[in-house]
Amino acid sequence: MSGTTLDPVPDAASAPLPVRERRPDVAGFSFTALSGFAALLIVLMVAVILGEVVWNGWSTVTWEFLAGVPREGMTKGGIFPAIYGTLLLVVLMVIALIPFGVGAAVWLHLYAAQDSWFTKTVRFAVHNLAGVPSIVYGLFGLGFFIQFLGHNVDRVLGLDVVWGQPALMWAALTLALLNLPVVIVTTEEALRTVPRDQREASLALGATRWQTVRHVLVPQALPGILTGAILAVARGAGEVAPILFTGAAYFLPFLPKLPTDQFMELGYHVFVLATQSPDIDATRPLLYGTVLVLLALTFLLNLTAILLRARLRARLLGRG
Amino acid sequence: MTPEMIVSTPEPKPLLTAKPYVPERAAPAVPPAPAEVRLAARDFHLYYGLHHALKGVSLEIPSGSVTAIIGPSGCGKSTLLRSFNRMNDLIPGVRTLGHLAVSGIDVAARSTDVVELRRRVGMVFQRPNPFPKSIFENVAFGLRMIGIQDREHLAARVESGLQRAALWDEVKDRLDRSALQLSGGQQQRLCIARCLAVEPEVILMDEPASALDPTATARIEELVLELKGRYTIVVVTHNMQQAARISDHTAFMLQGELIEHDDTRKVFTSPRHKLTEEYITGRFG
Repeated sequence: MSGTTLDPVPDAASAPLPVRERRPDVAGFSFTALSGFAALLIVLMVAVILGEVVWNGWSTVTWEFLAGVPREGMTKGGIFPAIYGTLLLVVLMVIALIPFGVGAAVWLHLYAAQDSWFTKTVRFAVHNLAGVPSIVYGLFGLGFFIQFLGHNVDRVLGLDVVWGQPALMWAALTLALLNLPVVIVTTEEALRTVPRDQREASLALGATRWQTVRHVLVPQALPGILTGAILAVARGAGEVAPILFTGAAYFLPFLPKLPTDQFMELGYHVFVLATQSPDIDATRPLLYGTVLVLLALTFLLNLTAILLRARLRARLLGRG
Repeated sequence: MTPEMIVSTPEPKPLLTAKPYVPERAAPAVPPAPAEVRLAARDFHLYYGLHHALKGVSLEIPSGSVTAIIGPSGCGKSTLLRSFNRMNDLIPGVRTLGHLAVSGIDVAARSTDVVELRRRVGMVFQRPNPFPKSIFENVAFGLRMIGIQDREHLAARVESGLQRAALWDEVKDRLDRSALQLSGGQQQRLCIARCLAVEPEVILMDEPASALDPTATARIEELVLELKGRYTIVVVTHNMQQAARISDHTAFMLQGELIEHDDTRKVFTSPRHKLTEEYITGRFG
């Protein structure tokens, strides 16, 4: 390195790079170990929860348990009203949720002027709604749907209290509202993945904008829309807070027949069994059984949607 | 005829010689009289925001002819092509000035029924873009959008579209299969069939063979020659040999301006402009 002091820059640039020293890669190794441990922890937690529930709940889940009604202060009997109520609640929620969610996403993606303050406000609202605690949705459902909407419907129709009380319909709408941001975001994401040339091909053939949405964009975004629905169902079947004030009943000997009826729900029933029982020890097996059924039901609903989505995907890819 | 009539001030020249536009859905394409002007631009400008992409383009394209638009990347040839069916509407911030007409329809006017315009002016894109539906449903798509539901009627039109696109023999036994199972060249001919099924008068092709192998390219070129006469075809291409092989007229564009528009033979053998000559001899572009 002699005689280079006058002109160091080109020499420094042309000097050979130092050979990397071989030494133990402590940082790399510890990071791998930590992230592996984190992944293992997740598997362990799922295994513990599932194992505990299945182990303790398995023997409780009999035909009589699934098809019967609670008896003797919920220390005996079954949970059929709660299963029925949960299914009905989830179905009604999806019926209310998907048209609104998909509609809003289509509007945001295709029709809205992207730079307008209104569009920005809508997007801001969607993203913030996703962060609102679910109990706040419950209170909103009580205040808006029941106290405001329901009461006024009763007043206008000259009825006694029919709509202005907690009911299956209001609970389903509250849950739909809770899940609206998820469906909007996943649907818009799905619409964004439809190639631009598909939209152009449709318009160039003389399809209107609505026909393009209906026959090209939404069918191709359907797997993504289903993902949103899956997330909503998984969350909807388990959330207790939003239905606490809007329709879930502590105990009902009959099944709901009208949208204005109250209903029993599995998640709420778990809460009731765990906290309101007169005899904890007698209730415990029922509690485990109910949790197991709730998990199995959510899992089944999801599995159905996932299989449907896989079939749709295969068809869009030209297989099957 | 009296002498006064001959010397009287000439009427303002109509933009087009074609008949005025009468909306009539699903009208069959009537073979037009020869030399009728089908597409016309007069001093047409287009801006993407502040970018002046087309600078006063004027040209007339006769019915039943094949016109190639050539020029280097970014010269505005695709932009011009996509102006004829208002495909540029999809891009925010596009403004146009001047006149543009297809069979008497004032294309640039705000009041123009864009859906009807696009039915009359079909488009084939650079990359084959069939829908992820069956072969049959791809060709039937435009027909269903007009409201044709009768299965036999649809089948007849689907077959005739596929016949004209020279694809029928290859796919007639598997019309219910997904269009995505076809090869790239077949997919592109399917896109042409899909476009022909709605009986357009004009077909715009945006580098229709640039994503295909040489054999498939040759088939597309043959097809263009077969369709000529019945349809007015405008092809944007990067490939000058292709322009020379398939077109009657060639338009050369550079930086948003139409430099030269003439018979293809003339443009390629004795171009009037030095820029044209330099481009077709490969000195730039």
